[in-house]
Amino acid sequence: MDKRSARRGYEGVVAVVPITVPYVRYSIRTAHWFLARVLAELIRASGIDKASIDGLCVSSFTLAPDTAIGLTQHLGVSPRWLDHIPLGGASGVVALRRAARAVQCGDAQVVACISGDTNHVDSFRLTLSNFSSFARDAVYPYGAGGPNASFAFLTANYMREFGLERADFGKLCVAQRDNALRYPQALFKRPLGLQEYLDARPIAEPLRLFDCVMPCAGAEGFLVMSADRARSLGLAAVQVLGTIERHNSYPDDPVQVRGGWAMDRDDLYAQAGRGPQDVDLMQAYDDYPVISLMQIEDLGFCQKGEGARFIREHSFTWDGNFPFNTSGGQLSVGQAGAAGGYLGMIEALRQLTDAAADRQVAKAQTALVSGFGMINFDRGLASGAALLGRA
Amino acid sequence: MTSPLTRPRRKNPVLRTRLPNLPPGGRSRVALGLTAAAALGRFELQCCRDCGKVQYPPSEACQVCLSERLQWREQSGAGELLAVTELAHSNDLFFRERLPWRLGMVRLDCAVTVVAHLHGDCAAAGARVRVEAVLDRSGQGVLIAMPDKETAHMADDPQLREFTCDPKYRKVLVTDGRTAVGQAIVHSLIRAGADLIWVGQSEPWKQFPGIEALRTLPQVSLVPLDLSDSEAVSELCAEIGGRVDIVINNAELHRPFGIAARAGIEAARAEMDINYFGLLRLAQGLGPALRARGADGQSSAVAWVNLLSIYALSNYPPHGTFSASKAAALSLAQCLRAEMRPAGVRVINVFPGPIDDEWNQTVLPPKVSAAALATAITRALQQGIEDVFPGDVAQEWLARWRDNPKALERELAG
Amino acid sequence: MSTTLLQLVSELASGAIRVIDLTQTLSPDFPQIALPPEMGQCWPFRIEEISHYDERGPAWYWNNFSCGEHTGTHFDAPAHWVSGRDLPNNTTDTIPVGDLIGPACVIDCSAQAAADADYLLDVATIERWEAVHGRIPPRAWLLMRTDWSKRTDPVAYQNYDETGQHTPGPNAEAVRFLIDERQVIGFGSESIGTDAGQAHYQRPPYPCHYYMHGSGRYGLQCLSNLDLLPPTGAVLICPPLKIRKGSGSPLRVLALVGA
Repeated sequence: MDKRSARRGYEGVVAVVPITVPYVRYSIRTAHWFLARVLAELIRASGIDKASIDGLCVSSFTLAPDTAIGLTQHLGVSPRWLDHIPLGGASGVVALRRAARAVQCGDAQVVACISGDTNHVDSFRLTLSNFSSFARDAVYPYGAGGPNASFAFLTANYMREFGLERADFGKLCVAQRDNALRYPQALFKRPLGLQEYLDARPIAEPLRLFDCVMPCAGAEGFLVMSADRARSLGLAAVQVLGTIERHNSYPDDPVQVRGGWAMDRDDLYAQAGRGPQDVDLMQAYDDYPVISLMQIEDLGFCQKGEGARFIREHSFTWDGNFPFNTSGGQLSVGQAGAAGGYLGMIEALRQLTDAAADRQVAKAQTALVSGFGMINFDRGLASGAALLGRA
Repeated sequence: MTSPLTRPRRKNPVLRTRLPNLPPGGRSRVALGLTAAAALGRFELQCCRDCGKVQYPPSEACQVCLSERLQWREQSGAGELLAVTELAHSNDLFFRERLPWRLGMVRLDCAVTVVAHLHGDCAAAGARVRVEAVLDRSGQGVLIAMPDKETAHMADDPQLREFTCDPKYRKVLVTDGRTAVGQAIVHSLIRAGADLIWVGQSEPWKQFPGIEALRTLPQVSLVPLDLSDSEAVSELCAEIGGRVDIVINNAELHRPFGIAARAGIEAARAEMDINYFGLLRLAQGLGPALRARGADGQSSAVAWVNLLSIYALSNYPPHGTFSASKAAALSLAQCLRAEMRPAGVRVINVFPGPIDDEWNQTVLPPKVSAAALATAITRALQQGIEDVFPGDVAQEWLARWRDNPKALERELAG
Repeated sequence: MSTTLLQLVSELASGAIRVIDLTQTLSPDFPQIALPPEMGQCWPFRIEEISHYDERGPAWYWNNFSCGEHTGTHFDAPAHWVSGRDLPNNTTDTIPVGDLIGPACVIDCSAQAAADADYLLDVATIERWEAVHGRIPPRAWLLMRTDWSKRTDPVAYQNYDETGQHTPGPNAEAVRFLIDERQVIGFGSESIGTDAGQAHYQRPPYPCHYYMHGSGRYGLQCLSNLDLLPPTGAVLICPPLKIRKGSGSPLRVLALVGA
């Protein structure tokens, strides 16, 4: 197989100013409020004026009945390039690669990629019951457990097929909590021990409390622009080395054990001209730890089914030998809806611009950001990944 | 192994009776195909007429060849249990009150993966199971994975019982004990473990054969009930309304006439008075009490059975006025079904072909025996089936009617 | 006003003349006549509330009721039977109203009926009664007391077995005697027909209906309180509803009884 990618690269395009609107468990604000806050912060932190933002890319679950177009009037922006990406956990990667092409091709000069959601006391239940027509018809009536039930199946099957223990997943969760203790925005402030993880109350066996993300409110955002523009603004920038996305991969698999990354990872590495061995840190979408493991395997860090050994042989804290979800991941920061799909991207941008404070991965040159989203029926449909490099 | 159901203890009267909640009932229109089949006790999935692919969840196009020619076809339900989970948490009130709740992911032999409720006797992942489509309390079709082979006390599984209307340890009103059908229903219910059966008797001076024998059965209590008498209906409903778990309205009046064969409307009116207004009177009398007890513990109010007729679907002219009264009753039963839905009380409509009784004496066989009809009703309760078509004639008419209602009308016109 | 009427109302007011109600209460519980099921049926009495000081009528209470002409305590006009169908003035709207008030002779057959539910009143019994109480005057009602109305249980009242109903009534000779020899205006009974329960097997079948109505006479059935009447001397008031071409009607039957 030809290892060179047939696709053009993203030369000259960078991502800048990672912004996080602080997370809260519940908010009486709307998604519009959170998205306005993140846009305001992007403008303030970048020093450009609002009129210079001529591209806007939005992801949110709780913006209804509005979409990106309605938001332009709320925010008073007049972009000439607009996108709305309803891909949940894959939103960050997909927003980046689309915005990068827009900038590269001159359709927009500065694209604000923003993602955010509110969380009212009942909004999670409402989101679940209307998540998709397949979910409404064929999942929600079965106990209304939401994604917990679906991921319980995937986790149980993964454990049975590949010989994993809960303690293997626990190691990932515990490491992420350690990372979160160094990330001020994380909603979880207490250390998590492995025994506490194992003994937590059951949610949907084999999933227990610390296997599940906590829904919250918050927003994330970054800007995509040319490297020249970033330089002239004096902004620390991150290069886009390569990206992939794939949807509804392997539809004939009886139960999901792999995602689209497995189909496209060679192309990803070829486009970037780097390999798994070059990756200094990985930010994966971690709505449940089994998905983290699936991404580690599918993106080539070990063979399928060797995840247990990989976990046992590696350490996943910011200072470990496989720095992973170094801000704590959603499991320890909280899942602010679609902003959860940006969490890893934002952390990678911080790590590659030396803005990760006391969890900074030493000599980080290359980061892998991976996204996964939209349990439509029995499996997550959207997958994506991006390799980022220090500019 | 399922623990056999035990007779429920008497209810503590100082505690509030739990109010009914329903499982999520929202479905897309195309998904109602599963419900339509489950109402008949069948498990059907969409099958592409062009490429043969079976698919699930239901959709508007074939996921392989994009054909729109999709047909619901019966499935064996055989498959392998891929994964099991037990919910300890739910966002929905109905399930929250019933936790823990077991679910399974099943790979059917027809190469589709389904999420299903899980019978307690299903072994661990890897086991062979049989998926069935049943109606849940919101009246929507759902899938349940059952053990591959019959197990002891299988029907008593607590999750399965949330989908069925099993008469075991329940209290039943049978509205007419005078007929062979009514008496067969009583005997069938006793065999199914019913706790108490009130049996209605109108015009008690007319000493119909068999009814006195009912009086000797310990489970039976004969009560005066004439569905044409609003006062009597109200009185009985007031008396037993708070305790009835299942209503079986088998009272019917049948006179074999069309329009021309019988002058005047007296016979037709009498049919309407029992078959249609009788149902209305009973529904007004007992409906509120049943709705209030839709979640009243192990032996909650659970079902309402209407004895209709296959003639309700399309008029059989030699029995034209009877057909019309049953069509009216069917329409009202649909209204009753909607009104009982919020309580999760199932309305079961029974559409027998000609019953082997004196009013069908000159109708050629095959005819449905009282015992067969009673068995079909009890089985519908036990399996949670919503529309029952007992007998070969009913099955054939149903097939013809589903195929082309206009053609059936023309065929019946002779 | 005539002195007779003045005296009547005065004695009614003073209680010297008592008014006895011979009527069963109309209710769905009171059994109706039952024919073989393939035949047309008389509607039983049924009642449906229209409103009861509620949203259907805030300040008033009323009902709709339905029943056949031959429901509860009721009157049979000559047109009720095929034998009387061609007579003049044979329906409830045309019968001479003067016929609706008249003297009543009460023959107590309660002992015989208690002993034999199929008891048939015969001419000899009538003649024995006359020997004690005097000859039945012309245009009188002959009321057959059986105490059947005391059977408050509908099953006992209807008294069915697998051969049908078993209730007392007159035999054919007695009916002919009352019409031809005594010119009675009608025949009244406590059970559900003027004829006996098994009258289908008499010759002719249902002789009281056949002969009485064929002779332009009337019938009253489902009467009660006949035990409160003297054998003679009571005056019966029994106007049916004025139903056009009515074959009969439920009615209130009153008897005036002197001190």
